[in-house]
Order: sequence, then C-alpha cells, then structure tokens
Amino acid sequence: MTTSIDLSQATLRELNKRLHETEEGHFVVRNPRGAHAIAVGMTTPVTVDVEGSVGYFCAGMNMAGTVRVDGNAGTGLAENIMSGLVRITGNATMSAGATGHGGLVVIEGNAGARCGISMKGVDIVVGGSVGHMSAFMAQAGNLVVLGDADRDLGDSIYEAEVFVRGKVASLGSDCVEKEMTPPHLDTLSRLLEAAALPAGTMSAEPSDFRLYGSARELYNFHVDDVDAAAAAKGRP
Amino acid sequence: MSPQAWHHRESYTFDRNVIAEIRRAANTGIYRIRGWGAKRELPTFDDLVFLGASMSRYPLEGYREACATDLVIGEGRAERPVRLAIPITIAGMSFGSLSAQAKEALGRGATAAGTSTTTGDGGMTAEERGHSETLVCQYLPSRYGMNPDDLRRADAIEVVVGQGAKPGGGGMLMGQKINERVAEMRTLPEGIDQRSACRHPDWTGPDDLMIKIIELREIVDWQVPIYVKVGAARPYYDACLAIKAGADAIVVDGMQGGTAATQDVFIEHVGIPTIAAVPESVRALKELGVHREVKLIAAGGIRSGADVAKAIALGADAVSLGTAALIAIGDNDPALDEQYRELGSAAGFWEDFQAGNDPAGITTQEPELASRLDPELAGRRLANYLQVLTLELQTLARANGKSHVHNLEPEDLAALTVEAAAMARVPLAGTEWIPGSP
Ligand SMILES: Cc1cc2nc3c(=O)[nH]c(=O)nc-3n(C[C@H](O)[C@H](O)[C@H](O)COP(=O)(O)O)c2cc1C
Repeated sequence: MTTSIDLSQATLRELNKRLHETEEGHFVVRNPRGAHAIAVGMTTPVTVDVEGSVGYFCAGMNMAGTVRVDGNAGTGLAENIMSGLVRITGNATMSAGATGHGGLVVIEGNAGARCGISMKGVDIVVGGSVGHMSAFMAQAGNLVVLGDADRDLGDSIYEAEVFVRGKVASLGSDCVEKEMTPPHLDTLSRLLEAAALPAGTMSAEPSDFRLYGSARELYNFHVDDVDAAAAAKGRP
Repeated sequence: MSPQAWHHRESYTFDRNVIAEIRRAANTGIYRIRGWGAKRELPTFDDLVFLGASMSRYPLEGYREACATDLVIGEGRAERPVRLAIPITIAGMSFGSLSAQAKEALGRGATAAGTSTTTGDGGMTAEERGHSETLVCQYLPSRYGMNPDDLRRADAIEVVVGQGAKPGGGGMLMGQKINERVAEMRTLPEGIDQRSACRHPDWTGPDDLMIKIIELREIVDWQVPIYVKVGAARPYYDACLAIKAGADAIVVDGMQGGTAATQDVFIEHVGIPTIAAVPESVRALKELGVHREVKLIAAGGIRSGADVAKAIALGADAVSLGTAALIAIGDNDPALDEQYRELGSAAGFWEDFQAGNDPAGITTQEPELASRLDPELAGRRLANYLQVLTLELQTLARANGKSHVHNLEPEDLAALTVEAAAMARVPLAGTEWIPGSP
C-alpha cells in the first residue's frame, strides 16, 4: 500500500515520525522543495520515493530503508548510511555518502566535492563525475565513478577502494593506482549491476576502470632513534 | 650563596625541560605527543576568591538550610531533558584512549553521584552504556563507530566542534592502543597511528550546524537534548553561533583541558584558559537573552569544589571533569610510583596516556594492565570525590547566602591578580577596579 505525504501540507516532523513508526510499506513524498533532513534515521525496510529535489542530509543514517529521490540532493546525502539503498536521479552536492558504514548509494548524475569522505564500508556508485577530495580519509567500502574525478582523489585514504572510469585530475597524499585483480573486477561487476544505472551510462565494463587505494605510507609516524645508532657505534 | 652555585645556574630560557625537549626532538625527528593538559603556569580559578557573608549578606546554616544543586538540560525542546542531581559531569573520554574498565568505573561513579558521563571518539561501549544512568553520546568529526542506534540509546547528544587541549586538532590514537576491538569499532587497520579528522565531514560553519542539529533531532525523534562542545578559542562568537544553531547546552573547554594524545605544541600553545572563556560565553548567552536557559558547561582544569563554585558564579551552569576524574579512579597513584619510574616518569608526573602502558590500567588497551583496575572500587572512589566537590560547592554557596548553587554570581567574587580581574571581569580584591571596564 502506498501512502502519500505532501510536504506543502505536512511538516518534516510528521513525515519522519511516520517513517520511524512504520514497519514496512511504500511512501511517496510530494513537494519536498529542497527540505532538509527528509527520511533521516529510518530503521525499517520501508521504501520512500521523493518526487523532487531535497536539501541537506536526505536519508541520513539510513538503516534498512530504501530512499529514491527523483531530483537533486544537497550536502550530505545518505551521510553515515548503515544499510539499505539510497538512489538519486540527479546530482548530489558535497559529502555524498559521508562516513557511510554500509549499504549502497547510487547517484545517477554527478557528485560534488568530498563524495565518500571518511566512508567506512558503504558502496557508492556515481554515474557521472565526482568533485575534488572525494574519498578523503576513506576507511572502507568502494567508490565507483563512471565519469571523471577531480583533484586530490583519495587523499589520506585508508582501506577503501576507488574505481574510476574517466580521468583523475590528481591523486591526494598517499593515494596510488593499484593493480586490478579478478576479485576487484568481481566487486566492480557486482556494484555496477546493483546500481542498475539507466541505459546509456550502463555501457560501462569493469575493464574500463582503474583502481586506486592507499600506499599505506601515512599509517605510522616515522620515528628516528639517533641515540640507538650512536650506541651501536660506541659513541655518546 | 656559595660561589659554586653560579656553575649550576639554570637558564630561565633554556631550563631543564626545554633542554630535554630539544634533545628528544634531535633524537627522534617527531614532535612530542602526549596526554594530560597544559602543564605550564596559567591564570586559573585560584586567582579568584569568594567574599563570603558580611553585614549585608547573610549566610545559610551548613546542615539545616537547603542548598540545592540540581540542573535540567534541554527542557522545552527535548522530550526527555537531562536531569542531574549535581552540576558536575564527567567529560567525554573515548573508549580506546581509556580501557573498558575505566569507562565502566566512570559510569558507576557518575551514576552513584546522580550525574552524567560521556562517550568519546570511537563509539559507545556496552560497558559504559550499561553502567551509566545518564550517558551523553558524542558526535565527532571522525565518526568512528558512529551508529545511529547509539544516538537513540543516548540521553543526550554532544556535537564536538573542538576540545580545549587542541582547538582545531583532531584526536590521536597511537598504534599501541589500536588493538583488535578498537580497530574494529573504528573500521581501521590494527596498529596504525590514527589521526582523527579535525573537521566534520558533512558540515562547516554555523548555518550548516543548524541543519545538522535538526537532522539529529529528527533522527532521535526530538527525545534528547543536543549539546555543542567547543575548545576555548573565540568563546563569545562560538557561543553566539551555537545558540543560533539551536544547541540546548554549550560545553566550553579551556586550554588546560586534558586530552588522551595530542602534540605538546598544541596542548601548551593553542586556546585560552577556562577562567577567560567562561565570562565570554556568558556574555553571549546574556546578550541573546538565554542565560540559564541554554546551559553552559565549563571544562578544563576543574579540580575542586572551589573551582566548580567559581565557574558557576561566573555564570556557568555546570562543569565537566576529565583529568580529575581519572586521578580519582587511580591515575598517577603514588602506590604505583616504581612502575611509573620504570617508564621513565614518576607518580604525579606521568602524562604518556598515548603510550598504552598505563600501570594503573586506565589509559590502556592491554588486557593484563586494564584488569588491574577494579571498576567497582574505582567507581566508588569517583562517587566519593564527586560528593566532596558537591559538599565544597554547597559550603561556598551557603557562605555567600545562596539556597541554590546557581544563585552564585560574579558579585560574590574578587580577583587576586590584575590578569584574573581582567579575564573574569570581577574587581581586583579590595578595589572596585575591573580592568577594561569604564
Ligand atoms: C584521556 C582523555 C580522553 C579524552 N577524550 C576525549 C574525546 O574523545 N572527546 C572529547 O571531546 N574530549 C576528550 N577529552 C577531553 C575531555 O572531554 C575534557 O574536555 C577535558 O578532559 C577537560 O579538562 P580536564 O581534563 O582538565 O578536566 C579527553 C580527555 C582525556 C584526559
């Protein structure tokens, strides 16, 4: 059964309260008009279709829910997503999928700066390009970019993996290109399939991508010990 | 003075600490990282005194007349405001920096005293949730272990913008302390020298913070209050902006505030002292007409009931303890002196919280060391200490004729130094002079 909620009449609180109280089902949100914090903190396998563009933090901290936005999204789309699916047909602003611990975020258009910043296990698939410093300090999970990546991709990256089909303007500190192995290609195929991007973009083949990850040179401080070297030489 | 003394004259500029640090830097090539807070001399609440009762102010009887200490945070906005029996809370200290036993001890002690404790970088542990009746969940830039279920389990959420020990710096946790459990909670490889983010990944500035606070309130269905914690950098502006962003409480942490691990240069040289930060925050609260409505929690170097009373008299609603709470549960215990000496320090001086080899079992992740701390006994020590602070606070409040500690006011204070008079904006003792006032 589909329930329709019109944000030109209902308040944000009424919408989110309703979503938090519902165990399963399908909601349509009309007239979102760029409102912030739409469908945040969901914990059940409810599906929400938002008809229009949303503001900041749409589907923030999602667990189990499916949120589909027919439009664009402001800063922090699906921030700290734990599980479930968040998909938008348009573009996302900064920090899409930030700190996500799990689940899948699909952005059919482009994503702005810091897409996947500090990601901790989420998978993010971007049909277009990503802005600068994407996957900054990314810890775990996969970022798949069908278009280009702007400068400083993967700066200070940990164990997350970044797949880019187009050009990379520059890599950030400690981020290097890595060899694509069969398991990587499997992951990529699986994500491209799960993302089910609309025809046209979907012509992407896993073999068209390059893989980027951590050189792991920033993991530990380099600490010298001249005293020990001196002792070994018999000097003070 | 014997003439020989001149051969042993210590340089003020290059004293033994300075020489030791230059030698350490030359040996290792890395800046000094340590725990604790600023160790150099700073203006503190010791530079203020209470005036007490006199002909025009009469005191309350010690045991007979009530002197209330309770506090409610978030009333009117949160469905479940935080209700504290005493205005003294336990500050956010991460599991990772502290052992699970230490976190449990803090929870037990705070709960027995009727107050709250706080999570920290790296997420909420079952031990602390289980033993803390009122638990504040920190929301930090790193978002390590950030699970929305923990926000829903919390009694308040504290958005951490900064910390007094390092306004502008993120947390650090050295490889020795990133064991399997800590690594898993933070989604990090074991054994790395972790440097947490210093800036939130999905918002910058006060307008974004306002939206972030709405998001957090929506996620927890407006159940619990939201605090904003800042290091004492520009407290007037920070308090104004936190109020505008919709915070229920502002935690302002002075430069002497403790830390688990930070660059020494950060600890000693960034931020302003607590005594200077409180009046500036209060000025913001008063100008915006929300003093005592939006609560102010002062932290950084709080040690005694006198410190608590002075912070409250300057306009804070509560204080928060880090270092003192650790000492109460056994940090730097003289009985462990020999073991501290084996680590190149001594009881009373030990500050290497980052090293993970704490003989007291508090700032460690080594199971053998951590098991030395008995959470039940340590919790009792903390509860006793909090009780003493409360009794001292009430003693001072009654002496100034106050039936509630929140009735203490700047008029009850005088300053012993010109610096303290200028920073705290109370008159120099024996004068009516407040430097900088018309
Ligand atoms: C061991 C230790 C760990 C800390 N961890 C955190 C933390 O995770 N998050 C935070 O906001 N502050 C942290 N702090 C700072 C405290 O919350 C508090 O601001 C400070 O300790 C107050 O100053 P005091 O130690 O002089 O009481 C930590 C402090 C210590 C001593």
